[in-house]
Amino acid sequence: MSSNNPRQQIHGSTAPSTDTRDSRIGEGPDDRFNSKLREAFGSTPFILTKFDKFMNWVRGNSMFMLQFGIACCSIEMMHTYAIKHDLDRFGAGVPRASPRQADVMIVPGTIVSKFGPRMKRVYDQMPEPKFVVGMGSCTISGGPFQEGYNVVKGAEEIIPVDIHVPGCPPRPEALVYGIAKLQERIRNGESSPVVVKPYELEEFGDLPQDELVQKLASEIDEEDLVMRYNWADSP
Amino acid sequence: MSTGLERDRVPVEVTEDDLEAIVGDRALARDDHLNAPGFVVRPDDVRDVLSDLKERAGFDHLSNLTAQQYEDRYESIYHLTKYADRTQEVSIVVPTPIDDPVSESAAPVFSTADWHEREAFDLVGIDYEGHPDPRRILLPETWQGHPLSKDYDQEKPQLVTLTDHANPIQPDHHDAESDTMFLNIGPHHPATHGVLHLETVLDGETVVDVDPDIGYLHRCEEQMCQNGTYRHQIMPYPDRWDYVSAGLLNEWAYARVAEDLADIEVPDYAQVIRTMGAELCRIASHMLALATFALDVYGDFTAIFQYGMRDREVVQDILEDLTGQRLMFNYFRLGGVAWDLPEPRDEFVAKTRDFLDELPAKVDEYHDLLTSNEIFQVRTHDTGIIEPDVAKDYGCTGPVARGSGIDYDLRRDDPYGYYDELEWDVVTEPGCDNYSRVLVRMQEVEESAKIIEQCLDLLEDWPEDEREIQANVPRTLKPDADTEVYRAVEGAKGELGIYIRADGTDKPARFKIRSPCFHNLSALPEMANGEYVPDLIASLGSLDIVLGEVDR
Ligand code: SF4
Repeated sequence: MSSNNPRQQIHGSTAPSTDTRDSRIGEGPDDRFNSKLREAFGSTPFILTKFDKFMNWVRGNSMFMLQFGIACCSIEMMHTYAIKHDLDRFGAGVPRASPRQADVMIVPGTIVSKFGPRMKRVYDQMPEPKFVVGMGSCTISGGPFQEGYNVVKGAEEIIPVDIHVPGCPPRPEALVYGIAKLQERIRNGESSPVVVKPYELEEFGDLPQDELVQKLASEIDEEDLVMRYNWADSP
Repeated sequence: MSTGLERDRVPVEVTEDDLEAIVGDRALARDDHLNAPGFVVRPDDVRDVLSDLKERAGFDHLSNLTAQQYEDRYESIYHLTKYADRTQEVSIVVPTPIDDPVSESAAPVFSTADWHEREAFDLVGIDYEGHPDPRRILLPETWQGHPLSKDYDQEKPQLVTLTDHANPIQPDHHDAESDTMFLNIGPHHPATHGVLHLETVLDGETVVDVDPDIGYLHRCEEQMCQNGTYRHQIMPYPDRWDYVSAGLLNEWAYARVAEDLADIEVPDYAQVIRTMGAELCRIASHMLALATFALDVYGDFTAIFQYGMRDREVVQDILEDLTGQRLMFNYFRLGGVAWDLPEPRDEFVAKTRDFLDELPAKVDEYHDLLTSNEIFQVRTHDTGIIEPDVAKDYGCTGPVARGSGIDYDLRRDDPYGYYDELEWDVVTEPGCDNYSRVLVRMQEVEESAKIIEQCLDLLEDWPEDEREIQANVPRTLKPDADTEVYRAVEGAKGELGIYIRADGTDKPARFKIRSPCFHNLSALPEMANGEYVPDLIASLGSLDIVLGEVDR
């Protein structure tokens, strides 16, 4: 109950406040965490499960998303986080600004050549186990920009993707569905196999000496990391 | 700070004869465009001609620079106009030979030419002599070839390095007087609104130098449009330039230029629907600008950000009813719109009116939370200053220019659609700082609401048998070869222009996008150098850039 009038004095500020406690617990011992199930278990309230299974259950229900906006899809992704769609309801909504604290990366947009190596780096910085949701047609195939000279034909050219959510952009509902599916997979202990992707970060010195490499040799150090795009081989 | 305000709204007419006199015999030939007279000049006369036009005829706005390659030559076109009178335009066409594409840089005359010429070099391959900083801008430094030139082979492999930026953990850079540190902000950073990279040099907490490194979302929009046919295949792309719900505003840019090119008359009824839709988009876009600005300044993900999102949801619902999509509307057609208001009409009108009725209270709420909040004022007032002259020099438009007191709005100055029949005002604020830009956006939301209100009145009273939503447009459009046109509209972020050159086929030979964010962002160093790092972030937020449009 708020009031616009300032309080004249403070009553009983030193007395331990028990009001909230009373209203939530009432008289007697604290039995908030008791459930019907617990009563049914009687005096030995233990259940047994596999540790892995337990951990997967935990993981699936507490996912930290990477705060990561690329293109148009990120607008719908923001709407999915925000009120009305509220992704947090599913235990999957807190965006973390640092990849080192995140375990799910939603890739919301078009990936272009200049961004590819950076996205790979961000992905590499996330701790295991980590999962990737590809949001929108661009992360599936390059979407409307597939023909572009600068566009990577899908996120899977660079990092493994667990769930693809199609659409341009997918509606927030679709993204929620995709995330729910991901949670289901995590609970079941499934994740996409890490296959070798066509585009990896490599040391410049390790690349086969072709025309392009020789041309750039004066500009790039042997140890520099580079990503080589073979556009002709892209689907 | 009155310099920008004392402008006379009675512009000095410069006739074509005056222009001819000014350019004089430096004009090799005439190359008129649909929108403006064009003069062909030699590559080493560029700077002279431009500065004469600027000084003597008041052409103080280098709106755009288009670079293109023909079979036998390269060409740079400088599209000039005036802040005081947008309807006066002139194009300066600079051909350069195919084997030696070198042209004089215009950067000393217009600061905005700096980024433009870098882009022209990057994508088309023209060299600008005397350019202060001739680097690639959109593509990585190691890129081979110029993708919009004729002999570019898209199948060739390319290399991109990860280490082309100095590592911030390396020992700091010291010299005799100063002790500076290099800081990378982005490309993955919550404050950059997408994938922007700021190379920042700090002295203590003060920004000494900031260099925006863009191109992390360069998705070849111009190439995509050049590959599409006029009639239907291009329209979906503008939605994706400025994707912050500004879809209809962008579609209008393309609709306007293509309708001028193909000489299409749009029925009034469709113009009213367009005007209404576009203003709804503007509201949605400004709401997001406010929301993310609060996020940048306060780190506030819970209150204002969510308020902004809440209001956007309402607008998006209305737009979805109208167009069928939440974000990528693809609703405009050349010659009109795709369909009429949704049935039942009165339900749609009532829903939109409800939104408008609630809007003033919501705007008040924002004022309570944001603009009258002391912390916010301290953070934004007198930071990120950009004086009107500087803003003009960098080609700033939209709320950024109007926040510096520049009274410039294409909806009024170069009317299109139904705007000139309606009652509304152009909002300007004289403060030139971050605070003014926020105020401008908030007031523009109210002005947009006024426009929508009047459109709804008109739509309701429109006689049923005169509701013509599309003009009769041929299935295939083939504008005459060598017609060139440059047209702009007032997008959410400012002047959004498109240049098209037709070559007689059903696809444009050159499609150049003039993005307001690109120009506004190029002025960031002017605003941020000498300020604290947090003010740099606030300034960036107040520019309200969207990387899809910066990088295209
Ligand atoms: S899928 Fe569509 S909406 Fe999403 S980033 Fe790509 S173009 Fe934009």
